[in-house]
Amino acid sequence: MIPAPFDYHAPTTLEEALAFLQSHRDEAKVLSGGQSLLPLLKLRLGAAGHLVDIGRIPGLEYIKEEGGVLKIGGRTRESALEHSDLIRTKYPLLADTAAVIADPLVRNLATVGGNLAHGDPANDHPATMLALRAEVVATGPGGSRTIPIDQFFRGLFQTALEPDEILTEIRIPAPPPRSGGAYVKLERKVGDFATAATAVQVTLGAGGEVASVGIGLTNAGPTPIRASAAENLLTGKQPSAELIAEAARQAAAATNPSADRRGAVGYKREMARVLTARALQRAIQWAKEH
Amino acid sequence: MANHTIHVKINGTEKTAEVESRLLLVHLLRETLAMTGTHIGCDTTHCGACTVLLDGQPVKSCTVLAVQADGREVTTVEGLMQGGKLHPIQDGFWQEHGLQCGFCTPGMMITGSALLARNPDPSEAEIRQAISGNLCRCTGYVNIVKAVQHAAAAMKTAAPAEA
Repeated sequence: MIPAPFDYHAPTTLEEALAFLQSHRDEAKVLSGGQSLLPLLKLRLGAAGHLVDIGRIPGLEYIKEEGGVLKIGGRTRESALEHSDLIRTKYPLLADTAAVIADPLVRNLATVGGNLAHGDPANDHPATMLALRAEVVATGPGGSRTIPIDQFFRGLFQTALEPDEILTEIRIPAPPPRSGGAYVKLERKVGDFATAATAVQVTLGAGGEVASVGIGLTNAGPTPIRASAAENLLTGKQPSAELIAEAARQAAAATNPSADRRGAVGYKREMARVLTARALQRAIQWAKEH
Repeated sequence: MANHTIHVKINGTEKTAEVESRLLLVHLLRETLAMTGTHIGCDTTHCGACTVLLDGQPVKSCTVLAVQADGREVTTVEGLMQGGKLHPIQDGFWQEHGLQCGFCTPGMMITGSALLARNPDPSEAEIRQAISGNLCRCTGYVNIVKAVQHAAAAMKTAAPAEA
């Protein structure tokens, strides 16, 4: 399959890229890793007059902690996340997620920023970032602004990014002691989108109670879903088996999946329940051990 | 639409080509340069038949624009053999019968060679994880895993002699 014709541009500075986007707005698309965008163009589900490849702009690929915040450059590859010692030892939710996005070859090109900016609720990082209460940095011609993740996803393939903005950084609050996380995904085969998946980030108090918890659901509706009722139910309480089971039921009730080849609505809801319970158990276990 | 003049080092040789923006890397290889060792399978980023190394990393060349490879290095299955001698991964696939129809084989060998460059002594689980983006329609995975293990052992034996 061959995409419809477009022009390709490879700016070497952010300013150059932003100026081009500003002058072409709706005709231009940002090309990051291309692992979602190029298939879309090849299948002709989408078209763009101009692709602006941000892959030759230095300084957009990094994973670092600064002032109690984990900063991930927008163009950081999923494989970099997967192989980062910092991520593996301190951000188990991100490590889990990076290991199940598409397949190892795709992860060598796919980027964290692209996974979010694509606005696909079937992608894995949206739920992860909801659970982590991340912020997204959008850089436009007038400078940068920070968007809380809860305000980022606006609809199917729609985000809060303006056509002349580039997602340059993801910011995640560094977890306090007694924190843990997990991403549990059900997929038919490696590389498939999730039938259902749940991201959990939890911090326990000194007495073992849930001090704070974030729960994000993948591919459970037209946008990634925060399981707010389940979060509220857990907060401040001892995470007993019964409480986890009830939180998982509430998370499943928050889903709005559509039936497709991956399953019927009822099956997907049930899987969301099962996976949420497992993700909560694993995240809490990690929090107890670290 | 604009054309681009690109320079790509393919299997160690500098190549120059005039390409349309939308030309895919796999088509640059197979059609522009007549290097047909890299296969096209699903054409939808699933099967891995088109796997090549881009700056040493295995990627699916049906999901990379040729122009994105400008100034970079590409290794295809044609580049595995060095000095008239098969790469250990090629020898491994031969010795362990790592192919049936052979369609996935170039991609499997490229992915396998990249794994061994990064991890000379992979476990079976690590091999299976590494090739999880390469599909074998013949389901010959057992012998493919053995072929990679064969190559790992051969490279371990060869390494001290080279040092």
